[in-house]
Amino acid sequence: MNAEHKSLERKNPFTPEPARIVRTYPLTDDVKFFQVRLVDMDKALLFKYRPGQFAMISVLGTGEAPFCISSTPSRPGLLEFCIRKAGTVTGALFKLKENSLIGLRGPYGNGFPVDDMKNKDIIIVLGGLVVAPLRSVLLYCLDNRDQFGKVSVLYGAKRPAEMIFREEYFSLKERGDLECHLTVDQDDTGTWKENIGVVTTLFPRLKKVDPDATYSLVCGPPVMYKFVIKELLKLNIPKNQILMTLERRMKCGVGKCGHCAIDYIYTCLDGPVFTYWDVLHMRELI
Amino acid sequence: MRILKLKKADLYRFLEVIYKEADIWAPQKKGDKFVFDRVDDFSKIELQTTRTIIPPKKIMVPPMFNMFDFNEAGYKEDFSHISKKILFGIHPCDIHGLLTLDKLFIQEYPDPYYMGAREKTLILGLSCWPDEHCFCKSTRTNIIEEGYDLFFTDLDEFFLVWIGSSQGDDLVKLAPDKFDENLSDKDIQAYIRWQNDKEKAFKTEIDFVTMPDLMELKYKAPFWQEAGDACLACGSCSMVCPTCNCYNVADKTFLGGKPGKRIRTWDSCTLPEYSEVAGGENFREDKSDRLKLWYTHKLQAYVSKYGKPSCVGCGRCIATCPVGINVKTIARALEGEEVDAFWKKMSREVTK
Ligand code: SF4
Ligand code: SF4
Ligand code: FES
Repeated sequence: MNAEHKSLERKNPFTPEPARIVRTYPLTDDVKFFQVRLVDMDKALLFKYRPGQFAMISVLGTGEAPFCISSTPSRPGLLEFCIRKAGTVTGALFKLKENSLIGLRGPYGNGFPVDDMKNKDIIIVLGGLVVAPLRSVLLYCLDNRDQFGKVSVLYGAKRPAEMIFREEYFSLKERGDLECHLTVDQDDTGTWKENIGVVTTLFPRLKKVDPDATYSLVCGPPVMYKFVIKELLKLNIPKNQILMTLERRMKCGVGKCGHCAIDYIYTCLDGPVFTYWDVLHMRELI
Repeated sequence: MRILKLKKADLYRFLEVIYKEADIWAPQKKGDKFVFDRVDDFSKIELQTTRTIIPPKKIMVPPMFNMFDFNEAGYKEDFSHISKKILFGIHPCDIHGLLTLDKLFIQEYPDPYYMGAREKTLILGLSCWPDEHCFCKSTRTNIIEEGYDLFFTDLDEFFLVWIGSSQGDDLVKLAPDKFDENLSDKDIQAYIRWQNDKEKAFKTEIDFVTMPDLMELKYKAPFWQEAGDACLACGSCSMVCPTCNCYNVADKTFLGGKPGKRIRTWDSCTLPEYSEVAGGENFREDKSDRLKLWYTHKLQAYVSKYGKPSCVGCGRCIATCPVGINVKTIARALEGEEVDAFWKKMSREVTK
């Protein structure tokens, strides 16, 4: 009966770490950018994560929700999130000003297998507003450019105003060490100089693809996956080298609450990154 | 392993002694059912009970408790619901239920609330006799080898008491004169006879070996839709199941000087909003999809992870579901039998 105090001293995985919003500004009508730093500087610098992992963010008094980290671990200290206004927690987050206190815990989930991706060619396909996790891996590839083969980015948005980090992508086009192709479904500005059409219309622009040496990362609205995957399969990219991140309801992030269960796995532990092969052999994944 | 003998009449005396150590919780009568409750009066302890309405998981994870107090200064853990307890009268299936929850709550990121309560609770198991709903023989949870501090087998005139941990041994040492180390051949014979008779007493059997494959092969079978149509989405099956672990979290905001609270409550995957993400998209709007998740978890998922089902055969879902959706009827339907369950009749009414 002497073990009784131990558990109370153990680290509580549910305790949010105090963090501050360093910067926040709107990216589109309903997507906002948040730059966040843990109040404890040591912890802020020691916060290690992999592209594709997520964190649980608490708004004091409103609740907690999962968000993919969209910054890269190669730039430690600050964490960035692109958050779409969807529920009560995001609603409350949107009202917070710079320097507001929030809670943060994580990182959770599997993230992208960046070690397996080393020396491989990378094709990143983005659609719509759900692009946060791939920004992390893209910045990671760029910061470690010599560790990867060819890097290509295909991004399709509905309208120019809905292309998140538009300026970042335009400047990518200037770089000589990657391919970046942008498209919008329709141009309501009259000033769009890039492609017009859905994201799959960009595929013919990809320079010669060596499928076995390629990892493709897809992120976007559920409807997009089907069409994009079809194109990737046409290129003969192996099913287990097509990666995607999936969204599920999450209440704990650590495999306890059950909310993110799919089939016999928990998205928060075994995801949110899955391969196309996972999608095929697991029910309910998409 | 040490096995001792305790006279029937000495049980209450023993409990009186250990009551000084901690609160005792035991099965007591409530209407014609049984509940685990704190004992104020030893004569109210029921020794021959069937399943309690709610399993003892409620002691490790209360249906509702506060995880954190918080205000502008941050989050402060609240462990105030955890106190030292002795659980007496917990049956083998329910001990297995706790061992199943242990795997989930203790693996990877240990849950300090669960573990705190678990470590402060002594488990004094008690043997039982199957009724028509029990099928722990099929789940092989009728026998208990670990997970208890003491285990009492009731052989009418006396108990055989297994000591399962050093804490259990400490309890016995508080009343050493009540326990007898010397078992006669007759005592041993009585135990063997009881064991054999109990084996034969089961009326419900389910073949769990085939279940993972059948879940896969019959995933699109029409009976799922029928069961889904009849399901009331009431969540009772999850509340009563000793291995259901799902929970929800909601914040209560702070006002004036009062701290806010982060409240954790039991949840069920059969409830409509279970899989809804922010923005309103629901991955399992259909009740049949939610039932499939429930049964995938019980009959298939655990088997692939831990080599056994997460059902411990307690029969609570059979005794509880108002429309007869339970492990037995679903197993029979998976096996291809025409089941005569209420949900079948309901679905016929609906389609008429
Ligand atoms: S599924 Fe039913 S019989 Fe099995 S442990 Fe849960 S409540 Fe008991
Ligand atoms: S299966 Fe039965 S107990 Fe469970 S939610 Fe449906 S009606 Fe309620
Ligand atoms: S979010 Fe709680 S189990 Fe995955």
